[in-house]
Amino acid sequence: MSDWLRRSAELMCKSTTDETVYSTCFAGKGDLTYLQWLFQAWGWTLLVALVALAIALVIGTVIGVMRTLPNKGVAFFGEAWTELFRNIPIVVQLLIWYNVIPELFTPLKAVPPIVLAFVGLGLFTSARIAQQVKSGINTIPQGQRYAGLAMGLTLAQTYRYVLLPVALRVVLPTLTSESMNIIKNSSVAAAIGVTEMYYFATQAGEETSMHATMYLGVTILYFISAFTINRLAAGVEKRTRLPGAIGGAK
Amino acid sequence: MALNLDYSFLTADVIKSNIVPGFEYALQLTLVSAVGGIALGTLVALMRLSSSVALRRFATVYVDALRSIPLLMVILWFFLLIPSGFYAAIAGDFGVNHRPEFSAVITFTIFEAAYYSEIMRAGIQSVSRGQVQAGYAVGMTYSQCMRLVVLPQAFRNMLPVLLTQTIVLFQDTSLVYAIGAYDLLKGFQTAGSIYNRTNEMVLLAAVVYFILSFGLSMLVRRLQKKIQIIR
Repeated sequence: MSDWLRRSAELMCKSTTDETVYSTCFAGKGDLTYLQWLFQAWGWTLLVALVALAIALVIGTVIGVMRTLPNKGVAFFGEAWTELFRNIPIVVQLLIWYNVIPELFTPLKAVPPIVLAFVGLGLFTSARIAQQVKSGINTIPQGQRYAGLAMGLTLAQTYRYVLLPVALRVVLPTLTSESMNIIKNSSVAAAIGVTEMYYFATQAGEETSMHATMYLGVTILYFISAFTINRLAAGVEKRTRLPGAIGGAK
Repeated sequence: MALNLDYSFLTADVIKSNIVPGFEYALQLTLVSAVGGIALGTLVALMRLSSSVALRRFATVYVDALRSIPLLMVILWFFLLIPSGFYAAIAGDFGVNHRPEFSAVITFTIFEAAYYSEIMRAGIQSVSRGQVQAGYAVGMTYSQCMRLVVLPQAFRNMLPVLLTQTIVLFQDTSLVYAIGAYDLLKGFQTAGSIYNRTNEMVLLAAVVYFILSFGLSMLVRRLQKKIQIIR
């Protein structure tokens, strides 16, 4: 075991191109150690997750609101969107973005796969966020909507000043778990050639035949990412919590 | 611009030899790991709610650890760590020849148990305390009280959520590409690459997954309405 640890540590500090082992674990210009490669892959993982999360939050909120609007057509569009992106596995969705969509819109062929991963993962997650936003809005008593409209607010104003300030704060805790999910789901982006951490784990494992070492490095970084997001979201949640709700500020 | 989809190659023979085996495996994987996962998950939930600190800690670590790693990594880990002798022991040569398929079943059972256990924990906590006290008052032991009073109610209250999680599990079976197990998606991809019709097969895979998942979630919704009336 201790021998394995020693060999693993040495491997992480070794160059990916030749047999040089760097004492600092960081190679200079023009070379890369496995540890550096792992950190780069971590960067791609975080980039995919964060951009996709931003897309998912914006679109998910819009779709969630649409599903609660009185207009039947708009509400149906929102429902259809949610069901479409929720009921197809993420890897299949990414393969469609990668293989099929660029055939339809040829300019997309020039777009790097990571952009398709942003969009694919973002829309996949938007359906889940729309679900949370919808149920958040539906937990507010109907009377509040009627009160807003009766006071002469337009429908848009009622959402802006009455419903959404409460609903979005109600759904924040569930968004924590969605942010953690998006980090985990970004591992599927390797299927369309994004060089994130899952890609690193398989590729570096293959190259060095030290699979467990590479898996361990990646797993630890996934833990750290998930934990950090969890803490960050808990902080946001605490600051925006509704006064008077269970566990809320007094 | 246009896709020029051509499904003419897709004869009954092609479906039977490429897609059906994948579909069967995806179903087996879903069913076995759902049943195993719910059983193991219930056990973990009971540990998490037990009065023993050690059991509670073990269950918390089990659930939190598995829930913060991507399923793809868990699949890789189990495939790496389970020795091939294990497959020979449970299924002989068949096990050795179908190593990815067996590995995925074990992985999914243990992985999904973490998710099912959270559902069962919520279910157990939804049963009112008076029920447990009544059980003890008529002289039941802990295990009798759990088996005969609490778990049946917890299970029924959580049935829709357990089934929804099982639909998620079914979609997750598509991730066994990590170790090359032959599942539904692989079936479509194999047919697609033999006849050079990748786009057609990816789209068809999406349609099939959608119909199955959406159909099942409709059934779950109806069941939910029914249960609500009983309560």
